[in-house]
Amino acid sequence: MPEILLRPFVRLGHSVVSAIWRLGFASRFLAAIVLMSGTTFRRPYLLMREIYFSGVLSLIIILVSGLFVGMVLALHGYDTLSRYGSEEWLGVLVALSLTRELGPVLAGLLFASRAGSAITAEIGLMKATEQLSAMDMMAVNPVARVVAPRFWGGVISMPLLAAMFSAMGVLGGYLVGVVQIGVDPGSFWSQMQSQVDFERDVLGGVVKSVVFGIAVALIAVFEGYDSDATAEGVSRATTRTVVTSALVILGLDFVLTAFMF
Amino acid sequence: MTSLSPDLAPVVDIRDLHFRYDARDVLRGINLRVPRGKVVAIMGGSGCGKTTLMRLIGGQLRARGGELKVFGESIADINRERLYDLRRRMGMLFQFGALFTDMSVYDNVAFPLHEHTELPEELIRDLVLMKLHAVGLRGAAHLMPSELSGGMARRVALARTVALDPQLIMYDEPFAGLDPISLGVIGQLIRRLNDALGASSIVVTHDVQESLQIVDYIYFVSEGRIIAEGTPDEIRASTDPWVHQFVWGEVDGPVPFQYPARPYREALLGSADA
Repeated sequence: MPEILLRPFVRLGHSVVSAIWRLGFASRFLAAIVLMSGTTFRRPYLLMREIYFSGVLSLIIILVSGLFVGMVLALHGYDTLSRYGSEEWLGVLVALSLTRELGPVLAGLLFASRAGSAITAEIGLMKATEQLSAMDMMAVNPVARVVAPRFWGGVISMPLLAAMFSAMGVLGGYLVGVVQIGVDPGSFWSQMQSQVDFERDVLGGVVKSVVFGIAVALIAVFEGYDSDATAEGVSRATTRTVVTSALVILGLDFVLTAFMF
Repeated sequence: MTSLSPDLAPVVDIRDLHFRYDARDVLRGINLRVPRGKVVAIMGGSGCGKTTLMRLIGGQLRARGGELKVFGESIADINRERLYDLRRRMGMLFQFGALFTDMSVYDNVAFPLHEHTELPEELIRDLVLMKLHAVGLRGAAHLMPSELSGGMARRVALARTVALDPQLIMYDEPFAGLDPISLGVIGQLIRRLNDALGASSIVVTHDVQESLQIVDYIYFVSEGRIIAEGTPDEIRASTDPWVHQFVWGEVDGPVPFQYPARPYREALLGSADA
């Protein structure tokens, strides 16, 4: 077969092998992070600093987005439910959509864009400016001192942000549904209370957000640590973090939803 | 070898060291010794393998062949834990300082002390101020790295490098990009700190004139091999064409000015595919 016809297959094979290689490397990297997490938990200020940078500084975008998503859900939901005379179910619709699905997924996507990209850029720049090498030469393991705190900071922040996203969404739904449109507040809250199951719906959402948190935090620290030590390398790693995180979140969401509900 | 008498136990002892990146041979049989208390320079053109050699000494790279001993231990045969034990006795100054950009000058210098000692905070403060005073920057303790000039950043990095009083200090291009005053200051600090700490130093550089003033011995590396060595006086008096060209900065010589190409006349008068 002529070489020109084989070339696409060679490229495809190369891409698949590279992807499997990176996946294996990322898995070993995760194992290394877990094994070297002692420093993070022995020195809580390291962890608190990362929770501040990943979590607290992401609050504005999460809260504002949650509020608007809840408001839009209420508008659409009311429009549909009112055709069947079921406006009192608006609270249930908003709460279930947020806790089961939109809270973890959208908070995960926003978290990857704001905190994930920042973590990748920070670690990538530390590598490019030889700060990680300097630390290593000082007999301080960069995985333990730099990577692990950022990983755990992300893992802890993500479920909390998803919960706040959902809470703000419910508030947004209330403002539009009850305050603006005039749905009965008693029905709004009581239907929500009776129909939203804590274990099935709320805990299901929490499990999703924890899984997304682990995935995004791992992708962010891995891409930063594995980036080429150049300005272009850091830029590409940051983009890869956002794109890969989005695809992984959506893929994992489908798998988790299929198993949970 | 006037300055490197064999009775001095070497801190670094390298014999027939080989290293390659993928298919490219970077080091091809290096032999080098750094005795206790001496300042040794490793010189050579860009890309000749100087920095690679220093990274091999620091254990950041592993050699393909030969023997590399630091403090009497073979770097190739020790695990990561033992390597970290050795690194606590080393200090390395990176080319552009590699200061931690999210920490102040004070915190940068205190970093190794916080990581490796259980000293009370007051004592750490005193030690940091002493190290900063030694490099003339005690008054800059509160500044962030972004507020420092290149020379100041290099001096802060030097204070951080010697924070734990290392026995072996390595400098990667310490003079690169510095103005003449900063260059002189860094040069004198390298010598003074080495003597004050009783340490041994390796300076990787291509700044010939500054190095000749402060070092005890010089190794010249070219194409992965040691091609000349000697004390500063021996190097100044050397008739070796390569050393002569390098020391006196001559444009043409064993290292040609022109990149290999077909004859000039032929290129100008011949076809356009030159």
